[in-house]
Amino acid sequence: MAEPLLSLRGVQTHIGHYHILHGVEFDVAEGGLTMLLGRNGAGKTTTLRTIMGMWRAAAGEIRFDGRDITNMPTPDIARLGIAYVPESMAIFADLTVQENLVLAARSGPMDQKRLDWIFGRFEALKRFWMLPAGLLSGGQKQMLAVARAIIEPRRLLLIDEPTKGLAPAIIANMIDAFRELKDGESTLLVVEQNFAFARQLGDSVAVMDDGRVAHQGGMAAFAADSALQQHLLGLGMDTHQ
Amino acid sequence: MLRSILSDDLPRSRWLALALVAILVGLAVAPFLFPGAKSLNVAAKICVFIVLAASFDLLLGYTGIVSFAHTMFFGIGAYGVAISLTRMGAGWDAVAVGTVAGLLLAIVLATVIGLFSLRVRTIFFAMITLAVASAFAILASQLSDLTGGEDGLNYRLPAALRASFSFGDTLFGVRLNGRLLDYYLVYTASLALILVLLRIVNSPFGSVLMAIRENPFRAEAIGYRTVVYRTIASCIAAATAALAGALLALWSSQTNPDTTLSFDIMVDILLMVVIGGMGTMYGAVIGAVLLVFAQNYLQDLLAVANKALLGVPLLANLFHPDRWLLWLGVAFILCVYFFPAGIVGRLRQKR
Amino acid sequence: MKRDWLPLLLIPALMIGALPLIGSPASWVTLTVAGLAMGLMIFIMASGLTLTFGLMDVLNFGHGAFIAVGAFVAASVMLALAPWMTADSIWLNLAAIGPAVLAAMVVSGVLGLGFERVIVRPVYGQHLKQILVTTGGLIVAEQLLKVIWGPDQITLSRPTALRGAFLFGDIAIEKYRVLAVVVGLVVFAALALTLNRTRLGLLIRAGVENGEMVEALGYRIRRLFVGVFVVGSALAGLGGAMWGLYQETVTAAIGAQVAVLVFIVIIIGGLGSVGGCFVGALLVGLTANYIGFLAPKVALGSNILLMALVLLWRPQGLYPVAKR
Repeated sequence: MAEPLLSLRGVQTHIGHYHILHGVEFDVAEGGLTMLLGRNGAGKTTTLRTIMGMWRAAAGEIRFDGRDITNMPTPDIARLGIAYVPESMAIFADLTVQENLVLAARSGPMDQKRLDWIFGRFEALKRFWMLPAGLLSGGQKQMLAVARAIIEPRRLLLIDEPTKGLAPAIIANMIDAFRELKDGESTLLVVEQNFAFARQLGDSVAVMDDGRVAHQGGMAAFAADSALQQHLLGLGMDTHQ
Repeated sequence: MLRSILSDDLPRSRWLALALVAILVGLAVAPFLFPGAKSLNVAAKICVFIVLAASFDLLLGYTGIVSFAHTMFFGIGAYGVAISLTRMGAGWDAVAVGTVAGLLLAIVLATVIGLFSLRVRTIFFAMITLAVASAFAILASQLSDLTGGEDGLNYRLPAALRASFSFGDTLFGVRLNGRLLDYYLVYTASLALILVLLRIVNSPFGSVLMAIRENPFRAEAIGYRTVVYRTIASCIAAATAALAGALLALWSSQTNPDTTLSFDIMVDILLMVVIGGMGTMYGAVIGAVLLVFAQNYLQDLLAVANKALLGVPLLANLFHPDRWLLWLGVAFILCVYFFPAGIVGRLRQKR
Repeated sequence: MKRDWLPLLLIPALMIGALPLIGSPASWVTLTVAGLAMGLMIFIMASGLTLTFGLMDVLNFGHGAFIAVGAFVAASVMLALAPWMTADSIWLNLAAIGPAVLAAMVVSGVLGLGFERVIVRPVYGQHLKQILVTTGGLIVAEQLLKVIWGPDQITLSRPTALRGAFLFGDIAIEKYRVLAVVVGLVVFAALALTLNRTRLGLLIRAGVENGEMVEALGYRIRRLFVGVFVVGSALAGLGGAMWGLYQETVTAAIGAQVAVLVFIVIIIGGLGSVGGCFVGALLVGLTANYIGFLAPKVALGSNILLMALVLLWRPQGLYPVAKR
């Protein structure tokens, strides 16, 4: 079996006095989309931030593409080809939509073909191209945050709750975009609360509970096992939102 | 008995205890041990600055806020007494009126500044207090009708504190006059104020302050109104600083911006608390003694080094007697990096 | 988050409001130019400070040291070139001022690099220590200035071409102030262009808003910060040199004195905002000069009043920076 693109082994993270991750272990295979699920407070966001080097891992090992990236500086991790869309979106509100994307395109001028493809998926970005990003609606900000991650090809996309608070029409566009990405150049690791969305899109799944990965496997099997879902995610997960 | 006087906050280091006893006794017998106007003046200054530094430590060390306006309160206390002695004549009533007026003004100002800017971050508060203090110093030197401007005020002390007042002949060859009385007034009041501060920092109130210093969000979450606690702490500190100022005015019979309001004094207090040891109270005592000594005697030491290096251009200047602050500044920075608990912290570790 | 013009309108409002109080239009013009000159010099010194705060949450209480160093270095160079300073040719005068200002900026900038490494870097994220250590740095720097240049103040006279005033009827405008306004505007324009029109400026603006996200996009914000710190120090040196020529005396305490004004300005402007710093500096300069004319006794206290009023209106300053 080929080495996974990303693997976490025994990762422990503390935030202040709180011990959040108690030895997280899972793999993300190259290509496809892995959903990272779990209840609120299970440690999903902390896991993504630890991979990005934004929280320090107190123990354990994170490997990306055969390299140990544990506690590397965040910019160096990003430069290996990992993009991150935080839950807060963290768009630069004082910068225009254009400037946000110019900044995200690290290696030089933006590729017009790729930009057109993004505009096709997220039409609002074209419309508000010169507007300060702070004036966008919540859904448009989310589009911008995702667009910023994919403005140049990246090998791994870490995306935290892309559907949170989005209208169904936008979610459909998001699904299309993610599908094209995973079938093409990128591998995706997506944190999600919306199980309906997760089931449609995920190839495999890792479910977190109390700072550990409690289950890892294929999405199809997990989607079929409602007892397991109820045990790990609690009731009403698929009717959520 | 001793335990309760010190509010259970024992020195916890043999050397520290020794130093504190030496300071306590040394200052008590200073007039007899080191007769002469200069040394008595140094001793009285030490007493006043111990109180001033300790009150600043309540803010910096125990509450974790940096105020650059501490000398402002010191100045308010000093000018309160100075102005009332100038205007009302040299009586105890004037002293009382001036002290109370200074205290009130200090507390009101501290409350306003605190409520206005303590809810925001440490840096913001430090900047605001710096600006306010410098404006106040300018104001004091501009309102010359009231404050005597840059020259300050010279006034007569109550009769019982003057050199001409005598209450006996001599004791161990020291004249029993008003100056001696004045010194012991300053000494006793300073000792009392230090013990009060010790009591405050070791009370439940003090524990809340330290909890806020460690983690303001957590303290707020538990239910403590951090702004209120911080404001009260800065009021107590301001009031104590004002009393220290009043003592200085009562000692020196002259009050001017340089000795009470200047940024130099603020720097001195900072050095005292940080070098002595933040958040220990005793650190302020040690730091104040050290600094006042340095101001008065380190120069002599530097003069020796300076003489030895005379010929070497820059090096000689480095050891110029007036450059004592340079060396204390370096010590200050090293303390912040390597010994955050200052001298007292080191002594306690060695135990 | 639309362009917020309201604070900007304060400047003309203040100017117009002061006119009837002052009465004489001639005095008003003189005072206004003086206020703009003073404001722009403070802006030059303050701009770097506010940016470094925005980028890394670092406030350097020792910023005044760079101001003082700039003033001393420039004074030394100008004293060495005294014949050119007193020559009756504007070109020779400028040939003296140019190297002086350049030297001031280079020395302050290099000092800034060292200061960042030795004083600031070990205490990132610890505000209390940061305040203490940078204040300590100021104390030491001030003493070192006295070691190098001696404890006495240096008297400096402006070059021939910059003495006196332009006269328009009964309106007198000091030549040096005109130069200060021009240099100040040039610096402002250069900063504004850099921030708004270049990739580097984009990075700085984004970093002020959310440094963590800039890192997640793959940029090393530390380097950016060091760069801004050094440029800010150099600008402080430039401002110090100009301030020294403006006062015609240089003392070691100059840094601490002006730093107070600088702090007031960046509080008024909103910590981290260059635009706010610009507006705040002009307001402070104008107010100081108007009040200085109307009620000299309270002139310097007027800045505190101004600060209090602004903070009552906008508690985060005129242009609060959107933070994470």
